[in-house]
Amino acid sequence: MLQYLTRRLLIAIPSLLGISVILFTILALAPGDPFEELATNPAIPPDVRAHLRASLGMDDPVHLRYFAWLTSMLHGEWGFSFVSRIPVDQLILQRLPTTIAVIGTSQIVALCIALPVGVFAATRPYSLFDQIANTLAFIGFSLPTFFTGLLMILLFSIHLGWLPFVFRTSIDATGWRWWWEMARQSIMPIMVLGLFQGAAWTRYVRSAVLDVIRLDHVTTARAKGISEGSVTLKHVVRNAMIPVVTLVALQMPAVFGGAIVTEQIFRVPGVGSLLITAILANDTPVIMGVTFVFACLVVFFNLVADILYGWLDPRISFR
Amino acid sequence: MAGSIPASASAEPVRRPHVGPWKEAWRRFRKHRLAVVSAAVLLLLILGVLLGPLFWTLPIDEIDFAATLQGPTLAHPLGTDDLGQDLLARVLYGGRISLAVGFTAMLVAVGLGILVGSTAGMAGGRTDAGLMWLTDLFLSLPQLPLLLLIIYLFRASLTEVVGTELGVFILVVSVIGAFNWMPVARLVRAQFLSLREKEFVEAARALGASRRRLVLRHILPNALGPVIVAATIDIAAAIIAESTLSFLGLGFPPDIPTWGRLLFDAKDNLDFAPHWALAPGIAIFLTVVSINFVGDGLRDALDPRRVL
Repeated sequence: MLQYLTRRLLIAIPSLLGISVILFTILALAPGDPFEELATNPAIPPDVRAHLRASLGMDDPVHLRYFAWLTSMLHGEWGFSFVSRIPVDQLILQRLPTTIAVIGTSQIVALCIALPVGVFAATRPYSLFDQIANTLAFIGFSLPTFFTGLLMILLFSIHLGWLPFVFRTSIDATGWRWWWEMARQSIMPIMVLGLFQGAAWTRYVRSAVLDVIRLDHVTTARAKGISEGSVTLKHVVRNAMIPVVTLVALQMPAVFGGAIVTEQIFRVPGVGSLLITAILANDTPVIMGVTFVFACLVVFFNLVADILYGWLDPRISFR
Repeated sequence: MAGSIPASASAEPVRRPHVGPWKEAWRRFRKHRLAVVSAAVLLLLILGVLLGPLFWTLPIDEIDFAATLQGPTLAHPLGTDDLGQDLLARVLYGGRISLAVGFTAMLVAVGLGILVGSTAGMAGGRTDAGLMWLTDLFLSLPQLPLLLLIIYLFRASLTEVVGTELGVFILVVSVIGAFNWMPVARLVRAQFLSLREKEFVEAARALGASRRRLVLRHILPNALGPVIVAATIDIAAAIIAESTLSFLGLGFPPDIPTWGRLLFDAKDNLDFAPHWALAPGIAIFLTVVSINFVGDGLRDALDPRRVL
């Protein structure tokens, strides 16, 4: 298992490097010059500008610039925000816990919906429950998160007045009261993301379970007299989870996309809304940093999926 | 073959009329009731968006401060926005853009996917491994942040060259296409790997067919079923991606009312003008859900192994 883990970790490094190359290429190809402002300033003669460029390594060949950029990124020197003059890594670290909390809880919600519904529907294929669940799942993942968010605000905040629709970071309450207020304001963003993912996963779980349930080892387990519930849980679901984990890992980039949208709708102060404000304010270092963090998170979750693989199917880790 | 000889002379083989593959697919498609209904809804939406502006001739940008934020009335069946502009005209216009972006981005994605997938599937070896590594890399890229980054960086210079509307259109379509080709590439590669070993391909090769002819005439047409399904789903994904960009205020400029842009404008007036957000939102939802159902129906229809 340990050997398998190290191998997976080593495979993750080239993909991170690949992502960094893509990111750098996009930036290098982008038009615009950071010294544009100096060019229009008559007080700065052209040779001073050229000297400045040379001293910052702007005229070096592309691969040298890439390595300089990569080493400083690895050293944690991510530059300063143009707008607030705060180091980018600090800015991101401030916002990251909120995003992780919202995404994490919503994924748990999605699992709590998808697993029972998908398994129950697959053990009774083409029953009334299956058909209803299937149709609802289709509708669920066809509703874009930005529209469900607005619908929820319309229903629960404006029409019924139950929930606040603006996320506040500083709640002036302590103890249980704080948790209550926090739950009230986080429930809508979490449900928007969770329902969308849950709908998509329900279909994956259903088709994976349907594939496994016909296999011979399940019939054997039944023939040995093991109870139906135990057969489903131990012999079917565990094996059906293997393809589901792949699909869930493939969905991770979409999950982060959905998180950006929900954070923007509900004004959740997370990394996603930081990205949007940075783009609207032309704050390049922050945009770069956030994009790279999202890329790292996706690679990290792919690693988690690999570990889950090894646990679900021990044959994989011995290969 | 011995097994096909009827056991007795009285058991005449049932002679079924010859059915072509497309007719057979249509017969199977019709069995998926929701898919048929969705196809009708989709057709209606496309026709409405294409022909609607011919009948509903109110301009999309006529400002009328006497009629701001009105609910649905006879003069404005979907109401008006904060400048008194007619929402029906704007939704119809936005639908043209959203659907055009969806179809074109799908074509870009499927074209790229077929190119990469067939190259990898035919070449094998190191080319295959390299292309699949690239595919996996693209699959693990955070798409929305990169989409936003690219549009932020390149919008200004491209709109200078070809004009605002066309510039943003080209940018959005190519970027969405460039981030959606991976599933198609994987599908095509898998199909190629199994098809190129089949007897009929062997036979064509033995008869001296060129590599080009093998791919275009024998392998690709047989690999097309799953690709058509993936392409259908891709249209829905592209429409959602474009609407997301516009909803974040970073897609088309404000004077071009795409569905996502209408939602973006409407979201700050949700408490006193909910109709403004509902019309484009329901339009996006109906389009996406019907495309997804049609894709599901096509999946049943185009999979010959599935018994229906």
